[in-house]
Formats: sequence, C-alpha cells, structure tokens
Amino acid sequence: MSFPWANEYKPSHPFMQWMDSRLPLPRFVYNAVGAGYPVPRNINYWWNFGFLALICLGLQIVTGIVLAMHYAANAGIAFDSVEHIMRDVNWGWLMRYAHGNGASAFFVVIYIHIFRGFYFGSYKPPREMVWLLGVAIFLLMMATAFMGYVLPWGQMSFWGAKVITGLFGAIPLVGEPIQQWLLGGFAPDNAALNRFFSLHYLLPFVIVAVVVLHIWALHIPGSTNPTGVEVKTESDTLPFFPYFIAKDGWAALAFLMIYCAVVFFAPNMLGHPDNYIPANSMSTPALIVPEWYFWPFYAILRSFTFDFFFIPAKLMGVLAMFGSILVWFFLPWLDKSPVRSGNYRPLFRKFFWFGLIPSVLLLGYCGGSHAAEPYLMLSQIGSFYYFAHFLIILPIISSIERPDPLPFSITESVLGHDGNAALGAAA
Amino acid sequence: MIRIFSILVGLFFTVALLWSFGNGAYNQITDPAAASAEELFHKHPKELALASDGPFGNFDRQQLQRGFQVYQEVCAACHSLKLVAYRDLKQLGYNDDEVKAIAAKAQIPVYDPHTGEVKSHAGLAKDNFPPVVYGGQGSPPDLSLITKARHGGASYVYSLLTGYAEQAGFKNEKGDELLKKFPDLKTPEGLHFNPYFANLNIAMPPPLSSDGQVTYGDGTKATVGQMSKDVSAFLVWTAEPELAKRHQTGWPVVLFLLFATILAYLSYRNIWADKKH
Ligand code: HEC
Ligand code: HEM
Repeated sequence: MSFPWANEYKPSHPFMQWMDSRLPLPRFVYNAVGAGYPVPRNINYWWNFGFLALICLGLQIVTGIVLAMHYAANAGIAFDSVEHIMRDVNWGWLMRYAHGNGASAFFVVIYIHIFRGFYFGSYKPPREMVWLLGVAIFLLMMATAFMGYVLPWGQMSFWGAKVITGLFGAIPLVGEPIQQWLLGGFAPDNAALNRFFSLHYLLPFVIVAVVVLHIWALHIPGSTNPTGVEVKTESDTLPFFPYFIAKDGWAALAFLMIYCAVVFFAPNMLGHPDNYIPANSMSTPALIVPEWYFWPFYAILRSFTFDFFFIPAKLMGVLAMFGSILVWFFLPWLDKSPVRSGNYRPLFRKFFWFGLIPSVLLLGYCGGSHAAEPYLMLSQIGSFYYFAHFLIILPIISSIERPDPLPFSITESVLGHDGNAALGAAA
Repeated sequence: MIRIFSILVGLFFTVALLWSFGNGAYNQITDPAAASAEELFHKHPKELALASDGPFGNFDRQQLQRGFQVYQEVCAACHSLKLVAYRDLKQLGYNDDEVKAIAAKAQIPVYDPHTGEVKSHAGLAKDNFPPVVYGGQGSPPDLSLITKARHGGASYVYSLLTGYAEQAGFKNEKGDELLKKFPDLKTPEGLHFNPYFANLNIAMPPPLSSDGQVTYGDGTKATVGQMSKDVSAFLVWTAEPELAKRHQTGWPVVLFLLFATILAYLSYRNIWADKKH
C-alpha cells in the first residue's frame, strides 16, 4: 500500500518486463526503497536511525559469521580460540573489534531510534504494529547481545551469565528448576556455552525476519514526521529515491566513520578489562557489570533492596526489570493524546526532557557502578521516575494537556502556506 | 480502564521503590557505611607515556626488546606468557636465527595421550611460551593479556612495579596514616604492601628492586623505573600485537570515509537543492 500519487514501476527493458510479470522483485524494491515510495519531505535526521540500524544489523551478521568460522564453543578452549582470532587469523582482530563495537554502535543507534519514537509519538495509531514489532526486536537484540557476551568466556562472560540466569531463580517455586534447565547445569559451563552459541547464531536471523515485518508494517501508513500531521497531498512527500537514499547515504557514511574511529583507535574503550581474564568459577570479580547498554535495566534490577510485603526484593527487581521494557508494549494505549509530536505538546515535552531523559541517564550511570550507596538511592530515584513516567504521568498528561496549534499540513509547515489549507479553511 | 490499571501498576512499583529508598536512607543516616581501607588508601595508577599511546602510537622495538629481556630474566621465573609464540618475537626486530636461539633455551612440555607421559623438547619458533611452575605464595597470573585485563593497563603495571612502599608510616594524600586508622591491617606475613594493588597487599615480592638487575645490550641504564617502563611497554605488545597495524590501517580507513562522507553530503545537498524541507 502507498499513497495514490506514488510513482508506478514501469520497466522499459524487455528483460525487466519479462521479470516483472514472473517475479516482481524489482517492482517490490522500487516500491519499498525506490522512487515508488513517497516519504514525508520534512522528516529530520532523527528519522535516519532506522536505516543506520539496518546497517548495524548487516555489519553484525557479516562480522559474526566470519568470527564463527574460527571460534570454538567449548568451555575449555573458547577463551583461547578468541585470542587465536585476535592473533593468528588474518584480520581476525578487525573482525572481533568490529563485531564487539558493532554491538555497542547498534545499541546507540537503536536507543536513539526508540527515543525518537517516544518524542514524536511514532507509536500512536496507525503505527502501533510498527512499534510493537520494534519492541519485540529490541527484546531479541538484548537476548542476542547477552549471549554473545558470554561466548569469549572471560570473567565477565561467566559471572554475567551466572547473574542473569540467576534472575530466573527468583521466580517462586519453579525458579531453580528453570534456571538449571536454561543452563543445562547448576552453573554456566560447557552446556550453557554451547546453547548460547547456537542461539546467538540463530537470533540475528529471527531479528532479520521481524525487521522485514517492521518495515512492511511501516510502509502501510508510511513514516510520521516532526509535525505529527499525517501526509495529505503529493506536495507533502518526496520519493524515497533519490531524496532519502541521498540523505540516509551520507549519514550512514558519517556514522561508519565514527564507528571505524572507535574500532581502530579505541576498540576496548567500551569493554570491561575483566573479560580479558579467563572465566574462573572460583574467583568472583570485585564488580560484576553487564555491557554499558544494559546498565539502565541493571540499575532498575538492583534498585529494589527491601522486600515489599510478601514479595522478596530480588523478585521485585526482576519483575521491574522486565516490566520496564514490557510497558513499552502498552505505550500506544497509555498515551492517548491525539497529538503525536512532542513539538506540539508543551507539558509532555517538559516531562520528556527533564524527566525521562535524565532518569534514564542516571540509571545508566548507576547501573555501571557498585551496588552501594549513593548509587542505590540514586537508582531508586531514577527507577521511581521511570515507572511514574510511563504508567502514571503519560496517561494523566495525555488527558489534561493543551497542545499547541498544529500546522494544517506538512506542506504548510515547510512552505509557510498551503494552497489546500485555504480550501480546508473555507470548507 | 487500561489507564486506571496502568496507574495502579505504576503505584505498585513506585511505592515499592519508595519503600526501598526509605529503608536505605534510614540505614544511611543511622548507620552510615564507614569507608574501607581500600577506598581511602588505594592509589590510582601513575602517568606513563609510551610510544604506543594515542591514535598514532607505534611500538618502540628497542624498548620492547629491553622489556622482553626483563620479562625473560625476571618475570619468567613466576609468570607464564602462554598466548605468545616465539615466532611472534620477530615483530620485535629479532631475525629468524635469534628467534630460534631464544626458543631453543626453553623446554616445552608435551603430553603424550598414548602413554600418559609428559615429555619435553627444546622450544621451536612455532611453540608458544611454556607454562611456568610456581611454588611460592599466591598465584601469578599469565601476563599475555595483563595490560588489557586491568584498569589502567600499562600504567597500572608500571605503577605496581614501582609502587612498593613501607607500610609503617604510609599516608594518603589527605595525610591520614594507614596503620593509625586501621591498626589491624598490618600486611600479613608473606605479602607485600603496595598501594596500587586493589587490596593493598600483594603476594608478589618486589620483582625489580635494584638498579642494574638486568644488563641492557643497548647501553640504556637499567634503573628500576626504566626496567618497569620497558617491561610494561613489552606487555602492551603481548596483549595487543596488532596495535601498530591497527593504527596504520585506521588512518586511511577513517580518512577515506571522511572523504566519502563529504562527497555524499555534497551530492545530498545537490539532490535536495530545490526542495524545501
Ligand atoms: C617471585 C615470583 C614473581 C616474580 C619474579 C614476578 N611476579 Fe608478578 N606476581 C607474582 C605473584 C605471586 C602474583 C599474584 C599476586 C596476588 O594476587 O596477590 C603476581 C602478580 C602480578 C601482576 C598482577 C597484579 C594484579 O593486579 O593482579 C602483575 C601485573 C605482575 N605480577 C607483573 C610482574 C612483572 C612485570 C614481573 C617482572 C618484572 C613480575 N610480575 C615478576 C609473582 C611474581
Ligand atoms: C534491528 C532493529 C531495527 C531496525 C533495522 C529498524 C528499522 C527501521 C526503519 C528502516 C525505519 C524507517 C526509518 C526511520 O523512521 O528511522 C523504522 C521506523 C520505525 N521503527 Fe524501527 N527498526 C529497528 C528497531 C526498532 C525498535 C527497537 C523500535 C521500538 C521499540 C522501533 C520502532 C520504530 C517506529 C515506531 C518506526 C516508525 C517511525 C516513524 O514513522 O516515526 N524500531 N525502523
């Protein structure tokens, strides 16, 4: 589906005509990322991050497949096999650093992509399905990244796996059996390492499949835009090719440049030194922390320090950590304001910039620190706001807020006037 | 309906958090945690400048050879280097014959699965550095990755080697005296006081304790500081032998991408020239 004024694919070359009537793949591409897909002309650079996420996904799959050719998923030799990649495989160090930092880059991109959605109300009708699939992708990404981090079998790999699978132990009654079933033993060992490797190789392809659905669902209503006003006429849009290919293309190169600078000049900046110590079940690291992209959620987990009535603190933490992402699934129905874009929602905007963003940054900071004061109290403040924001504040402000006046159309917001606007006003 | 439900769930989590916060704050006020000796007296690594630092960093082979010599003559008594192969030493500037000669001095144990015996043979260039049997107190870690496996990297190793101190009378920057504040924390028998080590007492006796402990072939004066610096530089190489190549490859890649970004940006401007947005 698309807008009525979308260009139609008209193959001129006989081969393409032959192809089009048998397998309309070129038509599909033309309508998806070619001149046949009209896009709101006023989308800003925050709308580039979906494309960047695609690039990251591609990079991770390519570098990951090469790494898997040399990696050995065996607890006895996994650590050394990674060092073999770093030292003896031609360009192995590049593949490994590209993959490790690629995961970080992917999360940077995806967090911006998600927060773009929060701010511009991208989750609202008619794009709920795009959003829900996005949250599903994010959960899959977290699982993939977690299992990937276990593979080098360093100290953080081992203890991270132990802590995270230990969370299942918090489930009443069935927790411990579930934990042992997941690990294939009482603690992470060869069985766990092998299944993690298997799943770490599988999940990215599941992500690819969900991304296809995500973009399919997106292409039905098309992207929203910074005004949040839906596309009305042809003058509101420009075709994806060449306009948005050019815009996504230069941004992608700029992104790759920054990414390569990190890969070549500071490849261990975002990693933890302890993961260069081989896994040792007899020696607990002084500080067990996940990779930076999990810090906010880790802080939420640890911020429940006291039992709440009959619920043990650990179980509360686990519920809250999973809950903190699951609430995103309900967002389209929690924020009922008919105005999408934060640009026209003065009250929402204040809570977004002075509440949500600082609280998530605070949580991130605390999640990377020791589970001690003052970090616990700070993460309690951060988590408090986080849950209040989504579950209490958004539902309330969406019914009491007075939005600013919206432009009549995208064209009007871009050109300052719109021929149809006068008609609209007269009618 | 969903909103009422959502607010109830929200209250559930926020009240539970307030409960944790209140209890935590109460404990903080009534029973504030006292700072530990590690927090008060542990020192951050000293500054150390090496040729391998920064995006232009390259190895100083002369220094790496000196560092290797320190490793061989001092550290190798206790620490293994098992991820490094003798053939890798060519990167330090040794030629084939020199590498063979260095390798041949080592005995490489080989386990024979048929007889269960461990035999050993003289090292070859293809062999990795052998395991080291250590009988003393503590367990010396393998040093291959040590500069990547510790916060502070080479500066940390350097600080550790040069940082042994007399515990009696040791003060931190604020002027607090360790043994006055924590009289029970006298360094136990067999350990050695070192404020750069995480828990202040390390099992490693000061390995570099006097100037001239090794004799450098290139005439460099082997002070404790110099030897520590050299061996730290060497351990950067063992941990990241690819570092120099990484930097050398990085520049053309990043500059190429910069150039491509500029061209792509200009074509973007050109394509959008007459389109308001
Ligand atoms: C007499 C044996 C011995 C010699 C010689 C020796 N070490 Fe050690 N080293 C140890 C022991 C034992 C430990 C473990 C200390 C501990 O965990 O308390 C250690 C630990 C270390 C550590 C790790 C400290 C940490 O953060 O865990 C480094 C780095 C180190 N040694 C470097 C060196 C270097 C460089 C040399 C050569 C100049 C050297 N050592 C010589 C015995 C030795
Ligand atoms: C592998 C991960 C992902 C890829 C490859 C991807 C890809 C894309 C692409 C190409 C677009 C269109 C361009 C754009 O608006 O940026 C898009 C839009 C969108 N994505 Fe994603 N996405 C991913 C993950 C997510 C996640 C985790 C979420 C939310 C939790 C999400 C929510 C959305 C929404 C709501 C839109 C519509 C935006 C709008 O029209 O305003 N996506 N995505």
